[in-house]
Amino acid sequence: METMKANDITPNDLPWKIRYDAGRCTLCGSCVAACSFRAILPKVERRRMVFSEGDLPEPKQRFSAVPVIRQAHSIKNYCRGCGICEKVCPNDAIGPVRNVDSRHPIVTRCLGGDSIKRGGRKNLEGTVRTLDRLRVGRISQMTDPSLDAQRHSFDMLAPFGRILPARKLPFGVSPEGLLQADGHTPPVHWIYPVIIGDMSIGALSWRMWEAVAMAVAYLNEECGLPVRMCSGEGGVPVKLLKSRYLKYLILQIASGHFGWNRIVKAMPHMTEDPAGVLIKIGQGAKPGDGGLLMAQKVAEHIQAIRGVPKADLLSPPNHQGLYSIEESVQKMFLSFNAAFKFRVPVAIKVAASATSVSVFNNLVRDPYNIVGGFFVDGIDGGTGAAHEVSLDHTGHPIVSKLRDCYLAAVSQGRQGQIPLWAAGGLGKTGDLAADAFKMICLGANGVFTGKLILQMAGCVGNEMGRCNACNTGLCPVGITTQEPALVHRFDVERAAQNIVNYFLAMDQELKKLMAPIGNSSLPVGRADALVATDRAVAERLQIQYVC
Amino acid sequence: MCRIGAIKSLNYVHPSQALLLMQSQQKGHDNSGFAMVMHDLGGIFEGYKHLPTLSLACSDEGLKIAEDMLHAAGFQRVLQWVPEISQQPGLDINALPNYVFETFDYPKHYKKAEPKEKEDLLLDMRLKLRKALEKDELGFVYSFWPDVVTLKEIGDPKDIGTYFNLWEPDTKFTARVITAQCRQNTNYDIVRYAAHPFFLQGYTALANGENTFYLKNVEYQRKLHRGYIGFESDSQCFLYTLHYVHRELGWPLSYFKHVITPLPFEEIGRREDQASLLAIRQSLAHLEINGPNTIIGVLPDNTLFTCCDAKKLRPIVIGRSSDTVVFSSEVCGINEILPARDWETDIYPNEREVVAIDSNLEVHRWKQ
Repeated sequence: METMKANDITPNDLPWKIRYDAGRCTLCGSCVAACSFRAILPKVERRRMVFSEGDLPEPKQRFSAVPVIRQAHSIKNYCRGCGICEKVCPNDAIGPVRNVDSRHPIVTRCLGGDSIKRGGRKNLEGTVRTLDRLRVGRISQMTDPSLDAQRHSFDMLAPFGRILPARKLPFGVSPEGLLQADGHTPPVHWIYPVIIGDMSIGALSWRMWEAVAMAVAYLNEECGLPVRMCSGEGGVPVKLLKSRYLKYLILQIASGHFGWNRIVKAMPHMTEDPAGVLIKIGQGAKPGDGGLLMAQKVAEHIQAIRGVPKADLLSPPNHQGLYSIEESVQKMFLSFNAAFKFRVPVAIKVAASATSVSVFNNLVRDPYNIVGGFFVDGIDGGTGAAHEVSLDHTGHPIVSKLRDCYLAAVSQGRQGQIPLWAAGGLGKTGDLAADAFKMICLGANGVFTGKLILQMAGCVGNEMGRCNACNTGLCPVGITTQEPALVHRFDVERAAQNIVNYFLAMDQELKKLMAPIGNSSLPVGRADALVATDRAVAERLQIQYVC
Repeated sequence: MCRIGAIKSLNYVHPSQALLLMQSQQKGHDNSGFAMVMHDLGGIFEGYKHLPTLSLACSDEGLKIAEDMLHAAGFQRVLQWVPEISQQPGLDINALPNYVFETFDYPKHYKKAEPKEKEDLLLDMRLKLRKALEKDELGFVYSFWPDVVTLKEIGDPKDIGTYFNLWEPDTKFTARVITAQCRQNTNYDIVRYAAHPFFLQGYTALANGENTFYLKNVEYQRKLHRGYIGFESDSQCFLYTLHYVHRELGWPLSYFKHVITPLPFEEIGRREDQASLLAIRQSLAHLEINGPNTIIGVLPDNTLFTCCDAKKLRPIVIGRSSDTVVFSSEVCGINEILPARDWETDIYPNEREVVAIDSNLEVHRWKQ
């Protein structure tokens, strides 16, 4: 008998246990080959068999070596519950089962002496989401007829860019009675109210990034939906920078400035302006923390695009050299506006925080009129890699924060001057149209989404701890990995098609929500269209409570 | 649903015509009130076109407070007209003790003031009076402006006409432009201020419909101008937007339509003036309206105009004779007061159209 060692890792310490039925297994090996985490491995077991061959019972025993599949007993190669083994097994012989007795959060820290890192969204499921306590309750009846989502036309675009108050428009009246502009106004682009959020070409596999870019081009050129995607911090392939498709891309700069060397060098060769520039100050999933790309994902092409060696790429938590909001306006916004000769709107993305309204107030009062959008990202946002403690415990929910920012603008008569874009777990239940619509009624001009796009493409991760391994570079479906073998599992065309179809469905659903409230253009700030089934939510958001 | 109407004539017209115009449309509304604004006054007010007239409905105490305040501010009364009241039993009217139309001369130190200064003074004075009389509903100050009087009352329009002796035409109380509406605000509490038409600094607006961007409009307008108050009705938003676009921004009337019902982005993209149209749509997105509406408006130069919401879910008809133009929600109203007109020339504006009638009764029509 072996000595029992209390601190040895067994599957019962891990978040997932493998269910394996040796009787059904044909030993084809598919599961072992497919598991990107090496969480299962073949093993030979010594089995004793008692048998009898004669006419009378004469028990004998025989020992034989039997090949089986076994779960790795390791906190490095532990099962993430992705279910790829189950997917490839022809005989339904294997699959992960959630282990409610998991000691993973403790043993990982004890053995590693390091913080736990993972991808995905916040994994602490609370009560019912705020957005699910809201309903579109102001239905047009009688005097104000509902519209027909199928037959009426709808004007569903949102501004990206700084909007001047009417009094500041440089208008004169011509002798013919026409208003004529004489002077510069900040650039504003009217785009689809759902932006594909910033996911870098390092965080995503090159094929996934390609699928998103393809879907965006298709939505624009074939479907007439002016959807924009944000590059994320990590640069853009030079070929794309020089192509006409650049106009659908919002370039991001974050504290690591990754990829900007190439972007700046490509500027003279650009045939189109980018859709915008987004300065990322913070991210809802890991507020107060910078970007994190583990060395295992820094493949050769990433090194080339970013101009870096193969190493962990950590963006600092703050922009070095910026110490105040005023300074950021003067330095970063002015320089990026100037870089594209004041033709491209420049916006800012911050993590939702108890202080977001103060930041927003400062920006909305900036005398240069150059902040072209305030992107607020809430705690439920996703990420490719973060410290779990940040993911689960830091941040601020988006709904009340967005509402606060809007009402702050209203109290100053400045609503709409800096478009508000909200994100952070929107579409978490799979229904982005409803979430987007409610956020728009609360004051958002539009929303942005990232994690949901991955889920459209085939990501199997969820908020119950399934997979969440984007940081490892071992994404089992080829979305957040740079491993060629894994990336080849990913079907670019299929993923692009899924994204396009989801947007088309969402577009229909947005109309289905606008029609009953009788609005043909986006009901930005129409909180009167919403009712809340929770009194505290109603009070906090200043909308009607119903029961 | 409301019914709205307006008369503009080369001759002075008595309010009985407005009552007639609305009477025939009574099936379409609930006969819960009558309100009218008269511009370009004749009769006893004709000689005082340059001086402001106060239109006030109030209690005795309210009247004293108002007169004391005006006196203290240096206004001197030059004319007072109190409509002859016909107190008959059984009239459906929720009347106040006093209805006063008083014309004042400006305070001495304003005699040589610029028009803008005088106009601001009148607005501020009206707002002060309104505030002072608000407590305990001592009175309602509807307008204080040169060449304009306003009457609003709760009850059956027919009985209100009888009460004020408005059914009998005379030459004392007339105007070249009369806008009228026969319904109290039934969506919310019955408040006298909530009845259309609404008036501000020479501008009048009344509407038939429902503005579903009311909250957006209100939240924005509150910060735009001190005169944008009340918001007892979603239709007040149309008046304030008209005032803001035409007076405060100084934009031509045609841009009012572009503000309240902007063209779809796709159409803007095909226009030569897309830069300005887009800028307007962006900057005044919160003044856009939605929902079914027809609006009638009067400008300070007494131009009468109408336009609709972008889906035109509420009707309006314009009928004309050689000396009179009538706007009406239903054509039966026009038939009543212009029975001999050539109805083939009636105008049924579309959802992108503005129809404006100038002082010579010339019709200006344009598509947005």
